[in-house]
Amino acid sequence: MERSFTKEVELLKLGAGEVFHGEGILAVTKALLQSGVSYVGGYQGAPISHLMDVLTDAQDILGDLGVHFEPGGSEAAAAAMLGASINYPMRGAVTWKSTVGTNVASDALSNLASAGVLGGTLIVLGEDYGEGASIIQERTHAFAMKSQMWLLDPRPNLPTIVKLVEHGFELSEVSNTPVMLELRIRACHVYGSFTTSENKAPALSRKRLIEQPQFDPSRICLPPATYAQEKHKIDVRLPAAIDYVREHRLNEVFEGDLEDIGIIMQGGMYNTVLRSLAQLGLADAFGDARIPLYVLNVTYPLIPDEISRFCAGKRAVLVVEEGQPEYLEQAINAGLRKADLNTKVYGKDVLPMAGEYTGEVVLRGTGNFLAEVAPQGVDLAAVADVLARVAAAKRRAGEILGDGVPTRPPGFCVGCPERPVFSAMKIAQKELGQFHMSSDIGCHTFSTLPPFNIGNTVLGYGLGLASATGLQGAFKQRVVTVMGDGGLWHNGLNSGIVPAVFNNNDGVLVVMDNGYTSATGAQHIPSSGSNARGEASAMPIQAALKGVGVKWMRTIRTYNVDHMVKTFREAMTTSEKGLKVIVATGECMLAVQRRLRPLNQEKRAAGKRVVQTRFGVDDDICNGDHSCIRLSGCPTLTIKPNPDPLRDDPVAHVNNDCVGCGVCGEVAHAAILCPSFYRAEIVHNPSALDLWRERLRGRIIGFLQGLRRAKAQVA
Amino acid sequence: MTAAQPVCVLIGALGGEGGGVLASWITQAAQAQGLPVQSTSIPGVAQRTGATTYYLEIYPRPASELAGKQPVFALFPNPGTVDIVVASELLEAARAMERGFVTPDRTTLIGSTHRVYAVVEKSVPADGRFDGSMAHAAAAELCRRAILLDFAELAHDNRTSLNAVLLGAVAGTGILPIDEAGFEAAIRAFGKAQEANIRGFRAGAAAVRAPRAPTDAALPGDAKRPSPRLPAAQGLIDTCANAYPPEVSEIVPEAVARLVDFQDRRYAQSYLRRLDRIVQAERDAQGEAFQFHLSREVARQLAVWMSFEDVIRVADLKTRPDRLARVRQEVGVAPDQPLTLTEFLKPGVEEWCGLLPAFLGRPLFGIAVRRGWLERFNVSLRLRTSGVIGFTILFLLARLRFWRRRSMRFKDEQRAVEAWLDKLCRAVPLDYRLAMEVAELARLRKGYGETRRRGVDKFDRIVETLVSPGLAAGNANRASAAAEAMRTVREAAMADADDAAFDRLLGGLAATAFEPSAPVPRAAE
Repeated sequence: MERSFTKEVELLKLGAGEVFHGEGILAVTKALLQSGVSYVGGYQGAPISHLMDVLTDAQDILGDLGVHFEPGGSEAAAAAMLGASINYPMRGAVTWKSTVGTNVASDALSNLASAGVLGGTLIVLGEDYGEGASIIQERTHAFAMKSQMWLLDPRPNLPTIVKLVEHGFELSEVSNTPVMLELRIRACHVYGSFTTSENKAPALSRKRLIEQPQFDPSRICLPPATYAQEKHKIDVRLPAAIDYVREHRLNEVFEGDLEDIGIIMQGGMYNTVLRSLAQLGLADAFGDARIPLYVLNVTYPLIPDEISRFCAGKRAVLVVEEGQPEYLEQAINAGLRKADLNTKVYGKDVLPMAGEYTGEVVLRGTGNFLAEVAPQGVDLAAVADVLARVAAAKRRAGEILGDGVPTRPPGFCVGCPERPVFSAMKIAQKELGQFHMSSDIGCHTFSTLPPFNIGNTVLGYGLGLASATGLQGAFKQRVVTVMGDGGLWHNGLNSGIVPAVFNNNDGVLVVMDNGYTSATGAQHIPSSGSNARGEASAMPIQAALKGVGVKWMRTIRTYNVDHMVKTFREAMTTSEKGLKVIVATGECMLAVQRRLRPLNQEKRAAGKRVVQTRFGVDDDICNGDHSCIRLSGCPTLTIKPNPDPLRDDPVAHVNNDCVGCGVCGEVAHAAILCPSFYRAEIVHNPSALDLWRERLRGRIIGFLQGLRRAKAQVA
Repeated sequence: MTAAQPVCVLIGALGGEGGGVLASWITQAAQAQGLPVQSTSIPGVAQRTGATTYYLEIYPRPASELAGKQPVFALFPNPGTVDIVVASELLEAARAMERGFVTPDRTTLIGSTHRVYAVVEKSVPADGRFDGSMAHAAAAELCRRAILLDFAELAHDNRTSLNAVLLGAVAGTGILPIDEAGFEAAIRAFGKAQEANIRGFRAGAAAVRAPRAPTDAALPGDAKRPSPRLPAAQGLIDTCANAYPPEVSEIVPEAVARLVDFQDRRYAQSYLRRLDRIVQAERDAQGEAFQFHLSREVARQLAVWMSFEDVIRVADLKTRPDRLARVRQEVGVAPDQPLTLTEFLKPGVEEWCGLLPAFLGRPLFGIAVRRGWLERFNVSLRLRTSGVIGFTILFLLARLRFWRRRSMRFKDEQRAVEAWLDKLCRAVPLDYRLAMEVAELARLRKGYGETRRRGVDKFDRIVETLVSPGLAAGNANRASAAAEAMRTVREAAMADADDAAFDRLLGGLAATAFEPSAPVPRAAE
């Protein structure tokens, strides 16, 4: 795994009345243990990876409590894990990145929600929306509505988040319904504190066994039970949930003196709204606002009588609801109509319909709302002045900075083993012509960004090969697919490779075998060699491919660019039909460095001989055409001012972060770029032989150089 | 409402720069002093590359004085409320301003002026660097206080990391309700590299308290490096000291030194004769009015062109004593520490034919081109120039200088140079802009192998389709149309647009340029 979480594990051990200081997602992890979960699962992905990573490192705590932790093969598998709570009063929690993970999980979730649960089930969702997200922009809310699951959206501070986790289990049990808890990216990473309570050993667990399997036909998702379940959701579970939310005041009302208006918001929006009000002079730093606020820590179901009570006597309310469509605003409007209240509802008319509700967006939206409703006792000129000053600074910066500051899209890390595969493809393209490439999800998706710009579609995790099937035979060239090892095990083997072999598809598949799900923090997968608990596994990708009947298969070390180019060319042009698979092997360089760096430091400190490799560019041979950079994009392969007094274009330069993977030299070689690159092997703690050889060489080379100098002086 | 508001700090960093540790030092320092604090982050998609941001808020009074009340901290920086923006690099400072987080009434901007180039900047074939002066200009106007210093250099000088120096800078502003002892305690509590981090912290704080003038200063070793002045060159330089207009005279010594070093005194003299033609042509066309812009440009391009990088030149540059010293410094080895150097050379048909005399090289090269063998016979050489054998091979190759004048490559380059100068001389009296464009065109001829072939090919085709027709009738209008079209096409050629797009653009421009009424099409984006 990416790093050790030993320090964070200590936080999970805190007892009653102690103070936890840490990240939001770790607070959730602690809250799960405090709630007495029996089992935890999930599938890694930002921003919730840490929940799983820390539990991976917390085997002793889990063992003491009897909690079973098992990373799922996919989100669907993780969701299906919750089936344990259908028949047994066991609390369970799973986590993943949403909405993509929820999409994958939705088959299991629909069945789970229909059957209903006895034990509390909580689905912790990292709502990957807005700045820093890595996926398509959608909201999870629709899943809650369509399957009748409850959706919690707590105010983003640790005490509230923890409280909602604990209530979430109760709510789930009271209403026999799975509960989702959504946390946005910044909330997952928020550092704060809360007062802990003792971890609770689960009632049923690895330590306290279930005595008798339960058979209950009404829990099985098969007609006629499904008809009854559908009715049960509405007749029993929904009212029970509404009662619980109301009774335990999970939603919060904060009074204010401007009584004829109000703001209704998702819990996750609370801090942003408060800051905007403070900036406009309508709130203090402690949440004391002049406008009454109704905060929905539960965004599904809504509590109709709470809404009408809040809106009664108000001429206008603002709904701050991130994402689209505006489900809450519509529901609130409908609720007010039914309650025969004439409160005007503002929302997506003063705020943008789509996109993240950042501080700036909410500030402007709140300002617009105030300008529209003009509440008595609010200095509208002052509000307008704040907005104008903020806009002016941004406008002026734009004027001075011109066309826009260059963006910094993510790319492959220093020494990444996947980079040379795309360098090879770009080199091969010069000869083979452009081909269509179906990309997948993983670090390798960065091939679609500069400088490679290879990859035409991204359809979902593990779906690269499946998304190339419609193009079978549609090009003269073979269609290329790139899939990561993570995607392969997640579902690509089933959804892509097996049917491709079965249907004799004639495509080329490159599998990136870097050993981990690297993009999510280097979690283990079947081909890593061991599972999360460190127990050995013998499940190489090649064996799986062979097992499902792949005939044409080559395993290539990625750093050998020349070889990769040749193999790729062969795959594209061979007369052999059927799926051709290149397994591009190279361990994630971050993992390699994490292992090697301390080892080498230790050896160096102990006076042992260590050879350090790095690359460099001769700046007087480099012409500054930067074609090497366009075939690499390595962060350490950069530019510097040209030392040539007669030239201005910057020259290539390798900086000190180089780990010596050698791709720049290989690429310069394979693409026949230029002779500027050199490899330097530096010997630390040299042996006597090293030193003797160095001196001898130095003397001979020095002698030759002396000849040259003497000649030049007389010329 | 009450006056006290949280102090807000936004940190913009690059993946792997320790922005997270910087944020956690501040958070821990605040927490240790009992101040309510919150931080959050957007780690960036890759977590390793790309821009990352951290955002912190600290309430300036200890929790114990707040009677149980909790501040509501924001997760987003609101423009207009940010007290400190820390940017670990100049582009990130510019970005924070572009996004509106820096406002004159409130924000202190701490930005390191060093550059870590974005992919889009460094992959441009010529020079795609963001103009840093714009960031300085914006900071001067938009900040309450702008602290733009090369903190990376400061970190380097103090053998510490950038984030420790930036923490010192934050402390040095005195804006946060935490004293320097508090920050140092946080560094010590963090544990790793304590002494180096404390050293960096103090250097950063001192730099902010007594700031030096903001610098764009280049990193050490980035200065221009003139060619060696051999005795033969010095004599020649002295004799032509006053022969040129001052604008040109600045270039000539380096050009002469370079060409004597490249070949010999006679070669440098031929350079001067060639330059004379252009200077004379420009004088005739009242070049003073243009401050001998053209002659200056030609003086540069001509010297660069004439010192083309053939196998002999590359071998020579790779075996010089100062090269070895430079490499040792760049990779950071001690003077007597063993170092193995491996060169990646792959000379092919073009290079080998280039070395042969023209009567042999040309027919062989012709065959290779016709049969598509250009990249067939490249010899992979991984020469160890730190070893005796590898060094000797390159050293002997470099000694082929005496042979160079007979080589095909030399003859080809001389012919192309003459043809270029002819075009220049004809263009000057017709249209000065066209002459400038033709001079600039020489920049396309750079690189090695395929890159160079494509550049030369583009050069030839622009000459053929625009320059020659533009000069054909001796008509100033045609020349002017050609100049206009060339500006567009040269930019496209430099931008390494794919060949098909370049062909289309060039074809379109050639078709319309010489028709009096037709407008000149713009470059395809």
